[in-house]
Amino acid sequence: MKDDIRFIRARQRWSAGNRRRNTILTLIAVGLLCGALFLAGRFADEYHIRILNMVAIYITLAVSYNLINGITGQFSLEPNAFVALGAYSASLMTMTPLEKEMNFIIDPCVPWLAHVCVPFLPAIIIGGLTAAIFALLMGFPVFRVRGDYLAIVTLGFGEVIRVVANNMQTVTNGPLGLKGIAMYTDLRWTWGLALLTLFVIVRLVNSSYGRALKAIRENELAAESMGINSFRHKLLAFTLAAFFEGMAGAMLAHLITTISPMLFTFFLTFNLLIIIVLGGLGSLTGSVIAAIAFTWGSELLRAVEEPTNVFGWFTIPGIPGMRMVIFAVILIAAMLFWREGIMGRKEFSWQWFLGLFSGKHKGAKSI
Amino acid sequence: MTIHLFLQQLINGLGLGSLYGLIAIGYTMVYGILRLINFAHGDVMMMSTYFAFFGISVFALPWWAAALVAMALTALLGITIDQGAYRPLRRAPRISALITAIGVSFFLENVSLVVFGSRPRPFFRPEMFRPIWHFGGITVLSLTVYTILITLGLLVIVYVVVYKTRMGMAMRAVSKDMHTVPLMGIDLNRVIAFTFGFGSALAAIGGILWAMKYPQIEPLMGIIPGLKAFVAAVLGGIGNVFGAVLGGFILGITEIMLVAFWPELSGYRDAFAFLLLILVLIFRPTGIMGEDLPE
Repeated sequence: MKDDIRFIRARQRWSAGNRRRNTILTLIAVGLLCGALFLAGRFADEYHIRILNMVAIYITLAVSYNLINGITGQFSLEPNAFVALGAYSASLMTMTPLEKEMNFIIDPCVPWLAHVCVPFLPAIIIGGLTAAIFALLMGFPVFRVRGDYLAIVTLGFGEVIRVVANNMQTVTNGPLGLKGIAMYTDLRWTWGLALLTLFVIVRLVNSSYGRALKAIRENELAAESMGINSFRHKLLAFTLAAFFEGMAGAMLAHLITTISPMLFTFFLTFNLLIIIVLGGLGSLTGSVIAAIAFTWGSELLRAVEEPTNVFGWFTIPGIPGMRMVIFAVILIAAMLFWREGIMGRKEFSWQWFLGLFSGKHKGAKSI
Repeated sequence: MTIHLFLQQLINGLGLGSLYGLIAIGYTMVYGILRLINFAHGDVMMMSTYFAFFGISVFALPWWAAALVAMALTALLGITIDQGAYRPLRRAPRISALITAIGVSFFLENVSLVVFGSRPRPFFRPEMFRPIWHFGGITVLSLTVYTILITLGLLVIVYVVVYKTRMGMAMRAVSKDMHTVPLMGIDLNRVIAFTFGFGSALAAIGGILWAMKYPQIEPLMGIIPGLKAFVAAVLGGIGNVFGAVLGGFILGITEIMLVAFWPELSGYRDAFAFLLLILVLIFRPTGIMGEDLPE
């Protein structure tokens, strides 16, 4: 008995020490990342900075999307709706009354929006909250269905949001979209949001809530019989993911400065789907890696759409649109031959990372 | 509102609904058997219109021959998609097949964008579908009447195939219990291939009639009709071929009526089908004619 208590105390001390070590290592890694980004911000050219921004936005989107699709196992197809909601609501907040007047040339903007103008940070939060409120409202009907029905209903929701954005001339300026949004987004904002998203979602996944979400993924009926309210947990995951996706949408709008309903088609969701499938459904680490690889890779793939000169002998004509064909093939091939993706359901852990150096291969922590 | 106007819109709605119904039969049969939403079905329909288009314009076939060739090619395409993309995933989690289906859909759309170009092409409307008929105060394009008749005729064929042939019996058996069927000496893959081929051929007819109705085709034309046909299939009760056509009629008629009587809502036309889908799934997830509960 006494030995047992001593053993438990020793183990607690050991794991507390481990936790402190992991925290310090994480802080060092974040510090190194910030330093690298600072240098990139100072010395890299505009093109590469834009890619870095897009990487961060895609990390935010992929990690939050994976919270629903991978961790909770509720296959849904709606991120384009939440990104659109975040982008539109935040842009309408930051645009000055004069800019709005110049944009809304067909019909004037509705009075309650025409004179609003707030700084960027509150606008981002409003963007996130708008998406979250819609997620909550939508979650009530949507989570009454499961499986592929859920997929098609959420896909339909994405379409509805796009159709509404196209038609509400006095609020969204319809098909013309919004132009001349101030370019507030920079590396600090995008990577700050990406790190915040990762922090919150990793903490959530490692908490009792996260274990409940995974239990729902594995077997919803069993989870319910263990006292988990699956509806509430799904709604929580959905709303939280929508909040971050909305904020990412706000960042996106203030990065590319022009938005229109055409930007938020199913195509956006499709890209995110490739990312989380390649990274591994259920692995946040995988989503981060795949988001970086995808954004970078799709820039490299631009080569196939432009004429390429092979050693000056002959020129291969570029094929416009070929990139999308390649993405589709990658998705099908990944599903047929590589369903685990890069990480499967494993996550990065310092234990595993340090093990690489000490020669003790324990394998990445599987969850 | 006059009775003439109502009848006019009713027949327009039936015409549109027939097209949804024809496409929905393919959805509902595949779903009934594999429990898979064949996302690529709308794009298979789009491919059929291009097959017919090239049959008429490049090979100078008469329109009915082009339509038959397109049906055969589309059936072949459907079978190929199943064998290439879905068959390896029969034992995988159902979500994997769904993701693959989304991939196939994107693949077909983007390959056609690359190969055929994004420019819409005019489609041929044969002589017999051109005259405009007058019944009392109602004006109808003969194509609309033929579309409804063709759909009803095909429904009889579908009924005979599903309920009166051995293949149909095998199909119904697979939809009841996929794992026991092979034990009874039935070649499961042949049944599934037949289902894909049959459903795709029906979608080809729907697609060609669609292309004649709105006489132009483009690579992304399959998305919206495909999704709406799926809504029609769910509305009618997924897995039930008559339900699919009934759902198509209901969807087509309500959509047309909505636009006819509230023209200011016409921009929201595409959103309407999804609202209907959400309502159906909340209040009657099995659809109008559905029997067992969908998972």
